[in-house]
Amino acid sequence: MAQHQVNYAASAGLPVALTTVDKLVNWGRSNSLWVLTYGLACCAIEMMASGASRYDFDRFGVIFRASPRQSDVMIVAGTLTKKHAEFIRRLYDQMAEPKWVISMGSCANTGGMFNTYATVQGVDRVIPVDIYLPGCAPRPETLQYAVLLLQKHIRKRSIFQKQKPKRLV
Amino acid sequence: MRPYRPKKNVQAKPYYTDRFWVAPQIPKESVEDEIFKKDLEELKSAFEIKEAYIQRGQLVVIIEPNINKEVLKHLKEELDYEILSEMSAIDYLAQSGEFEIFYQLLSLGKKRRLRVKCRIKEGEVIESVESVFRSADWSEREMYDMFGIKINNHPYLKRILMPEDWIGHPLRKTYPLHGDEAAQWYEVDKIFGKEYRDVIGPEQRDPAYISTTDTCNFARIYHEVPRCAPPDSEPIRVEKFNDDAPLVETFDLKKSKIVDRTR
Repeated sequence: MAQHQVNYAASAGLPVALTTVDKLVNWGRSNSLWVLTYGLACCAIEMMASGASRYDFDRFGVIFRASPRQSDVMIVAGTLTKKHAEFIRRLYDQMAEPKWVISMGSCANTGGMFNTYATVQGVDRVIPVDIYLPGCAPRPETLQYAVLLLQKHIRKRSIFQKQKPKRLV
Repeated sequence: MRPYRPKKNVQAKPYYTDRFWVAPQIPKESVEDEIFKKDLEELKSAFEIKEAYIQRGQLVVIIEPNINKEVLKHLKEELDYEILSEMSAIDYLAQSGEFEIFYQLLSLGKKRRLRVKCRIKEGEVIESVESVFRSADWSEREMYDMFGIKINNHPYLKRILMPEDWIGHPLRKTYPLHGDEAAQWYEVDKIFGKEYRDVIGPEQRDPAYISTTDTCNFARIYHEVPRCAPPDSEPIRVEKFNDDAPLVETFDLKKSKIVDRTR
Protein backbone atom coordinates (compact mmCIF):
# COMPACT_ATOMS: atom_id res chain seq x y z
CA MET A 1 0.00 0.00 0.00
CA ALA A 2 1.22 3.43 -0.81
CA GLN A 3 2.37 5.35 2.24
CA HIS A 4 2.19 8.75 0.63
CA GLN A 5 -0.15 10.18 -1.83
CA VAL A 6 1.71 11.34 -4.92
CA ASN A 7 0.42 14.21 -6.93
CA TYR A 8 1.60 13.18 -10.35
CA ALA A 9 0.30 16.20 -12.13
CA ALA A 10 2.22 18.49 -9.79
CA SER A 11 5.54 16.74 -9.20
CA ALA A 12 7.30 14.80 -11.93
CA GLY A 13 4.53 14.15 -14.36
CA LEU A 14 2.48 11.01 -14.97
CA PRO A 15 4.42 7.71 -14.87
CA VAL A 16 3.80 7.15 -18.53
CA ALA A 17 6.48 6.69 -21.13
CA LEU A 18 5.63 6.91 -24.77
CA THR A 19 7.54 4.76 -27.22
CA THR A 20 7.07 2.61 -30.28
CA VAL A 21 6.37 -1.10 -30.33
CA ASP A 22 9.61 -1.55 -32.26
CA LYS A 23 11.68 0.04 -29.55
CA LEU A 24 9.91 -1.82 -26.79
CA VAL A 25 10.30 -5.23 -28.40
CA ASN A 26 13.85 -4.58 -29.53
CA TRP A 27 14.69 -3.36 -26.04
CA GLY A 28 13.58 -6.73 -24.75
CA ARG A 29 15.23 -8.73 -27.48
CA SER A 30 18.56 -7.00 -27.40
CA ASN A 31 18.84 -7.16 -23.64
CA SER A 32 18.09 -10.83 -23.27
CA LEU A 33 20.28 -12.50 -25.84
CA TRP A 34 20.41 -16.10 -24.84
CA VAL A 35 23.38 -17.77 -26.38
CA LEU A 36 23.71 -21.31 -27.58
CA THR A 37 26.99 -22.56 -26.18
CA TYR A 38 28.86 -23.72 -29.23
CA GLY A 39 32.39 -24.29 -28.07
CA LEU A 40 34.33 -26.29 -30.65
CA ALA A 41 37.96 -25.51 -29.80
CA CYS A 42 40.18 -23.13 -27.86
CA CYS A 43 37.92 -20.12 -28.58
CA ALA A 44 35.48 -21.79 -26.21
CA ILE A 45 37.88 -21.04 -23.36
CA GLU A 46 37.66 -17.34 -24.18
CA MET A 47 33.89 -17.65 -24.49
CA MET A 48 33.75 -19.23 -21.04
CA ALA A 49 35.97 -16.47 -19.68
CA SER A 50 33.56 -13.88 -21.09
CA GLY A 51 30.70 -15.62 -19.37
CA ALA A 52 32.49 -15.86 -16.04
CA SER A 53 32.54 -13.26 -13.29
CA ARG A 54 35.42 -11.07 -14.49
CA TYR A 55 33.84 -10.09 -17.77
CA ASP A 56 30.33 -11.02 -16.68
CA PHE A 57 28.08 -11.50 -19.68
CA ASP A 58 25.00 -11.67 -17.48
CA ARG A 59 24.92 -7.88 -17.17
CA PHE A 60 24.19 -7.65 -20.91
CA GLY A 61 21.45 -10.23 -20.52
CA VAL A 62 23.60 -12.78 -22.30
CA ILE A 63 22.98 -16.12 -20.69
CA PHE A 64 24.45 -19.34 -22.01
CA ARG A 65 21.97 -22.07 -22.79
CA ALA A 66 22.65 -25.65 -23.67
CA SER A 67 19.62 -25.99 -25.91
CA PRO A 68 19.08 -24.48 -29.37
CA ARG A 69 15.36 -24.16 -28.74
CA GLN A 70 15.86 -21.64 -25.94
CA SER A 71 18.50 -19.51 -27.56
CA ASP A 72 18.62 -16.52 -29.90
CA VAL A 73 22.29 -16.30 -30.74
CA MET A 74 24.76 -18.96 -31.76
CA ILE A 75 28.39 -18.17 -30.98
CA VAL A 76 30.43 -20.56 -33.10
CA ALA A 77 33.64 -20.66 -31.07
CA GLY A 78 36.27 -22.81 -32.70
CA THR A 79 37.22 -24.97 -35.64
CA LEU A 80 34.35 -26.51 -37.52
CA THR A 81 35.28 -29.85 -39.04
CA LYS A 82 33.51 -31.27 -42.04
CA LYS A 83 32.30 -34.18 -39.98
CA HIS A 84 30.57 -31.78 -37.62
CA ALA A 85 29.11 -29.45 -40.29
CA GLU A 86 25.77 -31.21 -40.57
CA PHE A 87 25.18 -30.97 -36.83
CA ILE A 88 25.82 -27.24 -36.68
CA ARG A 89 23.30 -26.80 -39.48
CA ARG A 90 20.77 -28.97 -37.66
CA LEU A 91 21.18 -27.03 -34.43
CA TYR A 92 20.88 -23.75 -36.31
CA ASP A 93 17.65 -24.96 -37.89
CA GLN A 94 16.30 -25.88 -34.47
CA MET A 95 16.74 -22.35 -33.13
CA ALA A 96 13.58 -20.24 -33.11
CA GLU A 97 13.36 -17.04 -35.17
CA PRO A 98 14.65 -14.41 -34.84
CA LYS A 99 18.15 -15.81 -34.59
CA TRP A 100 21.66 -14.51 -35.07
CA VAL A 101 25.08 -16.04 -35.49
CA ILE A 102 28.42 -14.74 -34.26
CA SER A 103 31.38 -16.45 -35.86
CA MET A 104 34.16 -16.26 -33.30
CA GLY A 105 37.82 -16.56 -34.24
CA SER A 106 39.81 -17.16 -37.39
CA CYS A 107 38.90 -20.83 -37.67
CA ALA A 108 35.19 -20.18 -37.68
CA ASN A 109 35.59 -17.21 -40.03
CA THR A 110 37.78 -18.71 -42.73
CA GLY A 111 39.13 -22.04 -41.56
CA GLY A 112 42.10 -20.17 -40.15
CA MET A 113 45.37 -22.05 -40.06
CA PHE A 114 43.62 -25.33 -40.78
CA ASN A 115 43.87 -25.12 -44.54
CA THR A 116 43.25 -28.86 -44.82
CA TYR A 117 40.82 -31.42 -46.15
CA ALA A 118 38.95 -31.91 -42.88
CA THR A 119 38.08 -28.32 -41.94
CA VAL A 120 35.16 -26.25 -43.18
CA GLN A 121 36.66 -23.09 -44.68
CA GLY A 122 34.41 -20.68 -42.80
CA VAL A 123 31.11 -21.47 -41.12
CA ASP A 124 29.35 -19.16 -43.57
CA ARG A 125 29.50 -22.05 -46.02
CA VAL A 126 26.98 -23.82 -43.82
CA ILE A 127 25.04 -21.24 -41.81
CA PRO A 128 24.51 -17.50 -42.39
CA VAL A 129 26.69 -15.33 -40.17
CA ASP A 130 25.88 -11.85 -38.80
CA ILE A 131 29.12 -10.88 -37.11
CA TYR A 132 32.62 -12.11 -37.88
CA LEU A 133 34.95 -11.79 -34.95
CA PRO A 134 38.64 -11.75 -35.84
CA GLY A 135 41.36 -13.08 -33.58
CA CYS A 136 43.07 -16.28 -32.63
CA ALA A 137 41.60 -16.55 -30.11
CA PRO A 138 39.69 -13.28 -29.63
CA ARG A 139 39.92 -11.88 -26.13
CA PRO A 140 36.75 -11.66 -24.02
CA GLU A 141 36.61 -7.91 -24.65
CA THR A 142 36.32 -8.63 -28.36
CA LEU A 143 33.44 -10.97 -27.78
CA GLN A 144 31.80 -8.38 -25.56
CA TYR A 145 32.18 -5.84 -28.33
CA ALA A 146 30.63 -8.26 -30.79
CA VAL A 147 27.65 -8.73 -28.51
CA LEU A 148 27.28 -4.97 -28.13
CA LEU A 149 27.42 -4.59 -31.92
CA LEU A 150 24.78 -7.26 -32.27
CA GLN A 151 22.59 -5.44 -29.76
CA LYS A 152 22.99 -2.27 -31.79
CA HIS A 153 22.09 -4.19 -34.93
CA ILE A 154 18.97 -5.61 -33.30
CA ARG A 155 17.85 -2.22 -32.00
CA LYS A 156 18.09 -0.71 -35.47
CA ARG A 157 15.75 -3.07 -37.27
CA SER A 158 11.96 -3.11 -37.18
CA ILE A 159 10.28 -6.08 -35.56
CA PHE A 160 7.77 -6.48 -38.37
CA GLN A 161 10.47 -6.54 -40.94
CA LYS A 162 11.19 -10.12 -41.90
CA GLN A 163 14.66 -11.25 -41.12
CA LYS A 164 16.72 -10.43 -44.16
CA PRO A 165 16.97 -13.45 -46.40
CA LYS A 166 20.56 -14.45 -45.96
CA ARG A 167 22.60 -16.25 -48.54
CA LEU A 168 21.73 -19.70 -47.26
CA VAL A 169 18.16 -20.54 -46.34
CA MET B 1 69.17 -18.00 -67.26
CA ARG B 2 67.27 -19.35 -64.28
CA PRO B 3 64.29 -21.58 -65.03
CA TYR B 4 60.98 -19.76 -64.80
CA ARG B 5 58.71 -20.73 -61.95
CA PRO B 6 55.19 -19.40 -61.72
CA LYS B 7 54.89 -17.24 -58.62
CA LYS B 8 51.14 -16.83 -58.49
CA ASN B 9 50.58 -19.19 -55.62
CA VAL B 10 53.89 -18.96 -53.84
CA GLN B 11 52.62 -19.52 -50.31
CA ALA B 12 50.93 -22.76 -51.17
CA LYS B 13 53.94 -24.37 -52.78
CA PRO B 14 57.34 -25.24 -51.29
CA TYR B 15 59.08 -22.70 -53.45
CA TYR B 16 62.47 -22.67 -51.78
CA THR B 17 62.92 -26.35 -51.01
CA ASP B 18 65.58 -28.27 -52.86
CA ARG B 19 64.07 -30.97 -55.02
CA PHE B 20 67.09 -33.22 -54.65
CA TRP B 21 67.36 -33.01 -50.86
CA VAL B 22 67.44 -36.41 -49.22
CA ALA B 23 66.57 -36.78 -45.58
CA PRO B 24 69.54 -38.11 -43.57
CA GLN B 25 69.12 -41.68 -42.40
CA ILE B 26 69.46 -42.61 -38.78
CA PRO B 27 72.45 -44.99 -38.52
CA LYS B 28 71.72 -48.66 -37.87
CA GLU B 29 73.90 -50.21 -35.20
CA SER B 30 74.55 -53.83 -34.35
CA VAL B 31 72.88 -55.34 -31.31
CA GLU B 32 75.32 -55.14 -28.42
CA ASP B 33 73.05 -54.39 -25.48
CA GLU B 34 72.87 -57.39 -23.09
CA ILE B 35 69.11 -57.39 -22.66
CA PHE B 36 68.36 -56.83 -26.31
CA LYS B 37 70.86 -59.51 -27.31
CA LYS B 38 69.12 -62.07 -25.10
CA ASP B 39 65.67 -61.07 -26.34
CA LEU B 40 66.73 -61.21 -29.95
CA GLU B 41 68.28 -64.67 -29.58
CA GLU B 42 65.11 -65.96 -27.98
CA LEU B 43 63.02 -64.41 -30.77
CA LYS B 44 65.28 -65.87 -33.44
CA SER B 45 64.93 -69.33 -31.98
CA ALA B 46 61.14 -69.14 -32.17
CA PHE B 47 60.48 -67.13 -35.34
CA GLU B 48 62.04 -66.22 -38.61
CA ILE B 49 63.47 -62.71 -38.24
CA LYS B 50 64.37 -60.91 -41.47
CA GLU B 51 66.54 -58.23 -39.95
CA ALA B 52 67.32 -56.76 -36.55
CA TYR B 53 69.34 -53.70 -35.55
CA ILE B 54 69.56 -50.91 -33.00
CA GLN B 55 68.37 -47.45 -33.94
CA ARG B 56 68.53 -44.59 -31.42
CA GLY B 57 68.98 -47.14 -28.64
CA GLN B 58 65.90 -49.12 -29.58
CA LEU B 59 65.80 -52.61 -31.00
CA VAL B 60 64.09 -52.79 -34.40
CA VAL B 61 62.92 -56.20 -35.52
CA ILE B 62 61.68 -56.75 -39.06
CA ILE B 63 59.43 -59.75 -39.61
CA GLU B 64 57.10 -61.26 -42.16
CA PRO B 65 53.58 -59.80 -41.90
CA ASN B 66 51.88 -63.18 -41.50
CA ILE B 67 53.42 -63.86 -38.06
CA ASN B 68 52.84 -60.44 -36.50
CA LYS B 69 50.35 -61.65 -33.90
CA GLU B 70 52.46 -64.59 -32.77
CA VAL B 71 55.58 -62.44 -32.45
CA LEU B 72 53.77 -59.80 -30.42
CA LYS B 73 52.19 -62.45 -28.22
CA HIS B 74 55.60 -63.99 -27.60
CA LEU B 75 57.08 -60.58 -26.83
CA LYS B 76 54.32 -59.80 -24.38
CA GLU B 77 54.06 -63.09 -22.56
CA GLU B 78 57.61 -64.44 -22.63
CA LEU B 79 59.78 -61.32 -22.92
CA ASP B 80 57.77 -58.85 -20.77
CA TYR B 81 57.10 -56.18 -23.39
CA GLU B 82 53.75 -55.47 -21.83
CA ILE B 83 52.78 -52.12 -23.37
CA LEU B 84 51.97 -51.38 -26.99
CA SER B 85 52.56 -47.65 -26.88
CA GLU B 86 51.96 -46.94 -30.55
CA MET B 87 51.19 -48.62 -33.81
CA SER B 88 50.44 -47.32 -37.24
CA ALA B 89 51.53 -47.53 -40.86
CA ILE B 90 53.75 -45.60 -43.25
CA ASP B 91 52.90 -45.13 -46.89
CA TYR B 92 55.68 -46.43 -49.18
CA LEU B 93 53.34 -47.03 -52.11
CA ALA B 94 55.27 -44.75 -54.44
CA GLN B 95 58.63 -46.38 -53.69
CA SER B 96 57.72 -50.06 -53.48
CA GLY B 97 53.92 -50.42 -53.52
CA GLU B 98 53.93 -51.35 -49.86
CA PHE B 99 52.79 -50.15 -46.47
CA GLU B 100 55.15 -50.43 -43.54
CA ILE B 101 53.36 -51.35 -40.34
CA PHE B 102 55.12 -50.79 -37.06
CA TYR B 103 54.38 -51.78 -33.49
CA GLN B 104 56.17 -49.81 -30.77
CA LEU B 105 56.51 -51.85 -27.59
CA LEU B 106 57.68 -50.87 -24.12
CA SER B 107 58.92 -52.99 -21.27
CA LEU B 108 58.76 -51.17 -17.97
CA GLY B 109 60.67 -53.89 -16.10
CA LYS B 110 63.56 -53.98 -18.57
CA LYS B 111 63.41 -50.24 -19.31
CA ARG B 112 63.64 -51.00 -23.02
CA ARG B 113 61.69 -50.08 -26.11
CA LEU B 114 61.35 -52.40 -29.07
CA ARG B 115 59.86 -51.84 -32.49
CA VAL B 116 58.43 -54.60 -34.66
CA LYS B 117 58.09 -53.75 -38.34
CA CYS B 118 56.58 -55.56 -41.27
CA ARG B 119 55.61 -54.64 -44.81
CA ILE B 120 52.43 -55.53 -46.68
CA LYS B 121 51.43 -54.89 -50.26
CA GLU B 122 48.48 -52.66 -51.05
CA GLY B 123 45.29 -54.68 -50.80
CA GLU B 124 46.81 -57.29 -48.51
CA VAL B 125 45.23 -57.92 -45.13
CA ILE B 126 47.01 -58.00 -41.79
CA GLU B 127 45.97 -59.91 -38.69
CA SER B 128 44.60 -57.90 -35.80
CA VAL B 129 46.66 -57.82 -32.60
CA GLU B 130 43.72 -56.56 -30.58
CA SER B 131 43.44 -59.88 -28.72
CA VAL B 132 47.04 -59.44 -27.50
CA PHE B 133 47.07 -55.70 -26.80
CA ARG B 134 43.73 -53.99 -26.12
CA SER B 135 45.21 -50.63 -27.09
CA ALA B 136 45.54 -51.84 -30.67
CA ASP B 137 41.77 -51.62 -31.11
CA TRP B 138 41.53 -47.90 -31.91
CA SER B 139 44.98 -47.75 -33.49
CA GLU B 140 43.96 -50.38 -36.01
CA ARG B 141 40.73 -48.52 -36.70
CA GLU B 142 42.74 -45.38 -37.28
CA MET B 143 45.09 -47.30 -39.58
CA TYR B 144 42.10 -48.51 -41.55
CA ASP B 145 40.62 -45.01 -41.65
CA MET B 146 43.78 -43.18 -42.65
CA PHE B 147 45.45 -45.72 -44.97
CA GLY B 148 42.71 -48.12 -46.00
CA ILE B 149 44.56 -51.14 -44.63
CA LYS B 150 42.08 -53.91 -43.90
CA ILE B 151 42.52 -55.86 -40.68
CA ASN B 152 41.52 -59.46 -40.08
CA ASN B 153 39.51 -60.47 -37.02
CA HIS B 154 39.13 -56.94 -35.70
CA PRO B 155 36.10 -56.69 -33.39
CA TYR B 156 34.74 -53.42 -34.82
CA LEU B 157 36.50 -52.28 -37.96
CA LYS B 158 34.97 -48.90 -38.69
CA ARG B 159 36.32 -45.43 -39.50
CA ILE B 160 37.34 -43.71 -36.30
CA LEU B 161 38.16 -40.09 -37.26
CA MET B 162 36.61 -39.33 -40.61
CA PRO B 163 32.86 -39.58 -41.21
CA GLU B 164 31.61 -42.94 -42.38
CA ASP B 165 30.64 -41.74 -45.85
CA TRP B 166 34.05 -40.15 -46.46
CA ILE B 167 35.76 -41.09 -49.71
CA GLY B 168 39.46 -41.85 -49.68
CA HIS B 169 42.08 -42.34 -47.01
CA PRO B 170 43.68 -39.02 -46.00
CA LEU B 171 47.10 -40.11 -44.75
CA ARG B 172 48.12 -41.69 -48.02
CA LYS B 173 50.75 -39.68 -49.84
CA THR B 174 48.57 -39.49 -52.92
CA TYR B 175 45.75 -37.79 -51.00
CA PRO B 176 45.91 -34.01 -51.58
CA LEU B 177 46.21 -31.83 -48.48
CA HIS B 178 43.23 -29.71 -49.50
CA GLY B 179 41.18 -32.81 -50.20
CA ASP B 180 39.88 -34.31 -53.40
CA GLU B 181 36.65 -33.15 -54.99
CA ALA B 182 34.43 -35.20 -52.68
CA ALA B 183 36.22 -33.78 -49.64
CA GLN B 184 36.09 -30.17 -50.84
CA TRP B 185 32.34 -30.29 -51.36
CA TYR B 186 31.63 -32.70 -48.52
CA GLU B 187 29.64 -30.41 -46.24
CA VAL B 188 27.78 -28.74 -49.10
CA ASP B 189 26.80 -32.04 -50.71
CA LYS B 190 25.73 -33.53 -47.42
CA ILE B 191 23.67 -30.62 -46.08
CA PHE B 192 22.26 -28.90 -49.16
CA GLY B 193 22.78 -31.33 -52.01
CA LYS B 194 24.95 -31.15 -55.08
CA GLU B 195 22.79 -28.55 -56.81
CA TYR B 196 23.85 -26.05 -54.14
CA ARG B 197 27.47 -26.14 -55.23
CA ASP B 198 26.87 -23.25 -57.62
CA VAL B 199 25.18 -21.14 -54.94
CA ILE B 200 27.87 -21.54 -52.31
CA GLY B 201 30.87 -21.67 -54.62
CA PRO B 202 34.25 -23.30 -54.23
CA GLU B 203 36.37 -22.96 -51.11
CA GLN B 204 38.78 -20.05 -50.88
CA ARG B 205 42.03 -21.84 -50.11
CA ASP B 206 44.73 -19.30 -50.94
CA PRO B 207 45.82 -17.55 -47.74
CA ALA B 208 47.44 -14.75 -49.73
CA TYR B 209 44.31 -14.10 -51.79
CA ILE B 210 43.67 -10.43 -52.50
CA SER B 211 40.92 -9.36 -54.83
CA THR B 212 41.30 -6.15 -56.79
CA THR B 213 37.63 -6.05 -57.72
CA ASP B 214 36.06 -6.82 -54.35
CA THR B 215 35.79 -3.54 -52.48
CA CYS B 216 33.59 -4.92 -49.71
CA ASN B 217 36.29 -7.08 -48.16
CA PHE B 218 39.50 -5.55 -49.47
CA ALA B 219 40.93 -2.07 -49.62
CA ARG B 220 43.65 -0.81 -51.91
CA ILE B 221 46.07 1.61 -50.34
CA TYR B 222 46.00 5.04 -52.06
CA HIS B 223 42.88 3.95 -53.92
CA GLU B 224 40.36 3.93 -51.08
CA VAL B 225 36.83 3.89 -52.44
CA PRO B 226 33.60 3.83 -50.40
CA ARG B 227 32.67 0.38 -49.12
CA CYS B 228 31.22 -1.92 -51.78
CA ALA B 229 31.57 0.76 -54.45
CA PRO B 230 32.56 -0.33 -57.97
CA PRO B 231 36.32 -0.82 -57.99
CA ASP B 232 36.98 1.67 -60.78
CA SER B 233 35.13 4.52 -59.03
CA GLU B 234 36.95 7.61 -57.86
CA PRO B 235 39.03 7.14 -54.73
CA ILE B 236 38.34 9.31 -51.68
CA ARG B 237 40.93 12.03 -51.41
CA VAL B 238 41.49 14.20 -48.37
CA GLU B 239 42.12 17.60 -49.96
CA LYS B 240 43.12 19.66 -46.99
CA PHE B 241 44.46 18.97 -43.56
CA ASN B 242 43.83 21.29 -40.66
CA ASP B 243 47.34 22.53 -40.14
CA ASP B 244 46.44 24.86 -37.28
CA ALA B 245 45.41 22.06 -34.97
CA PRO B 246 48.45 21.07 -32.91
CA LEU B 247 49.19 17.38 -32.80
CA VAL B 248 50.67 17.42 -29.31
CA GLU B 249 49.74 19.88 -26.61
CA THR B 250 52.57 20.71 -24.28
CA PHE B 251 51.85 20.14 -20.63
CA ASP B 252 52.13 23.29 -18.58
CA LEU B 253 52.80 22.54 -14.92
CA LYS B 254 52.11 26.08 -13.73
CA LYS B 255 48.70 26.26 -15.30
CA SER B 256 47.57 22.87 -14.13
CA LYS B 257 45.97 22.36 -10.76
CA ILE B 258 47.59 19.86 -8.42
CA VAL B 259 45.00 17.59 -6.93
CA ASP B 260 47.10 15.21 -4.91
CA ARG B 261 49.42 17.17 -2.62
CA THR B 262 51.10 14.16 -1.08
CA ARG B 263 52.91 13.10 -4.24
